[in-house]
Amino acid sequence: MNFRAVGTIYHFELARAWRTLLQSLVSPVISTSLYFVVFGAAIGSRIQEVEGVSYGAFIVPGLVMLMLLTQSVSNASFGIFFPKFTGTIYEVLSAPVSYLEIVLGYVGAAATKSLILGLIILVTASFFVPLRIDHPLWMLLFLALTAITFSLLGFIIGIWAEGFEKLQIVPLLIITPLTFLGGSFYSIDMLPPVWQTVTLFNPVVYLVSGFRWSFYGISDVSVGASLLMILVFLGLCLALIGWIFKTGYNIKP
Amino acid sequence: MSHDIADATATETRPAARAHTLQAPPSVIAVQGLTKRYASGFEALKRIDLDIQRGEIFALLGPNGAGKTTLISIICGLVNASDGQVRVNGHDIVTDYRAAREQIGLVPQELTSDAFATVWNTVSFSRGLFGKRADSAHIERVLRSLSLWDKRRNKMITLSGGMKRRVLIAKALAHEPQILFLDEPTAGVDVELRRDMWDVVRSLRDQGVTVILTTHYIEEAEEMADRIGVINDGEIVLVEEKAALMRQLGRKRLRLDLQAPLAAIPETLAHYPLSLAEDGHVLVYTYAASSDEHSTPASISALLNDIEAAGVRFKDLHTEQSSLEEIFVNLVRKDA
Repeated sequence: MNFRAVGTIYHFELARAWRTLLQSLVSPVISTSLYFVVFGAAIGSRIQEVEGVSYGAFIVPGLVMLMLLTQSVSNASFGIFFPKFTGTIYEVLSAPVSYLEIVLGYVGAAATKSLILGLIILVTASFFVPLRIDHPLWMLLFLALTAITFSLLGFIIGIWAEGFEKLQIVPLLIITPLTFLGGSFYSIDMLPPVWQTVTLFNPVVYLVSGFRWSFYGISDVSVGASLLMILVFLGLCLALIGWIFKTGYNIKP
Repeated sequence: MSHDIADATATETRPAARAHTLQAPPSVIAVQGLTKRYASGFEALKRIDLDIQRGEIFALLGPNGAGKTTLISIICGLVNASDGQVRVNGHDIVTDYRAAREQIGLVPQELTSDAFATVWNTVSFSRGLFGKRADSAHIERVLRSLSLWDKRRNKMITLSGGMKRRVLIAKALAHEPQILFLDEPTAGVDVELRRDMWDVVRSLRDQGVTVILTTHYIEEAEEMADRIGVINDGEIVLVEEKAALMRQLGRKRLRLDLQAPLAAIPETLAHYPLSLAEDGHVLVYTYAASSDEHSTPASISALLNDIEAAGVRFKDLHTEQSSLEEIFVNLVRKDA
């Protein structure tokens, strides 16, 4: 194992985040704060408590998930797309590093960034609403698993994308709608029965539900189902990445 | 140059090249039957065999699209081979890729760089990527040898094309490779910088680094290389010592500027390989450049005597030797 290479990629990628601190950290924090102002304070004050939790506090886990998913995907996809786009990928391919090490470096850095971001958003949220975390270790586990899984997805998108449009299209057309419809801002109990069933096909529901359970002990689906779902998704992403490197798809002709 | 020379090239030098590999010292890179077929069916490389010897500067010449970059890309791990085998110091590039790649530094053709990273960081990154312990003294040496020390804190985006090329070389040298691939190192580089670059390559060779460069500047190969390989249409057409190549293939021309133009070559001179140029104002005599052939010095004085006797007067004379460029063009044209 070429740990030095993994560390080198990891640090180089994190250094890129520091260089672009404003867009990497500050802008997601500002946009989350806006959600709290609009949904939590303005609209939330007119909405009743959801299962004993104030609406402002209820949406915190969903918001963190929303940010975690979009940032993991965009960090990781950009992280590998950019060297592919500029051509600097040649160096990684010609170095004595295995595919596993490449993934560890890039995905590790992307997941770390979104994990840090998720925690920062949680801290930000605590300034707006009273926050309670019943199961902090589970909370961290869900946070980490989601960050890793969606960074892997981002890595796949970054390899698949041949241009900036494709890079944007998955987060824009798939991740964001699924998150909004995944119970980030509501409990699925609030939906009409038909839509409650439809919603169960949305994987994000399981993520948000499990994550919210670690805060308030309330969930739309069982915690076991949430954990299983994220592990299945993690497995799928790993299998797809394995296939990418085996075939050299879009990276090594 | 006429076709017979090209024919001679094809028939004579190939066995010579083969003989060379038989008795040669163990090669640092051994390419066997290397083939690259793309999904479209296009065959970029057709069963290439090539041995690179330790410590030499090897120039791979060929027109655009001949397969130079594909060959380098496969050896360095950027492209998968369809068939065949490559060994680097005995290490297979697929099954033993770590040991193989550790020894290789690659300077790509395109000026690619992480625009916002500093020179120091991007060169240090390369070293780490190859699994080497951080060594600021070595990075400093590399940067100084490439006149990049003053620029170490500059971001890549602020550098000129020539400077970026130097940084790419520095990156390739950061992990102290034994073998350096330079893909078109001086493309788009001004004359002065090109000379500097050649000096850098020579000093690397003096340190024992094997250098393989691709170029379509013949001048570059002629100036630098110990051996030359010509690749065309995915096939190695020739591999030869540069000096031997020049000797075998080089032709000299004696040009006589005549006082009065000739309509035709006088019959008394018909047995010489003479031709007229520039509307009969110039008489050209073509002969083999190598001194071991009987045709040269003696026959020139005989020719000059016969010209004198034929009543042809000339006001000036000079000789010129065919360059690698001509050799190359003829090889490639013949094979095309």
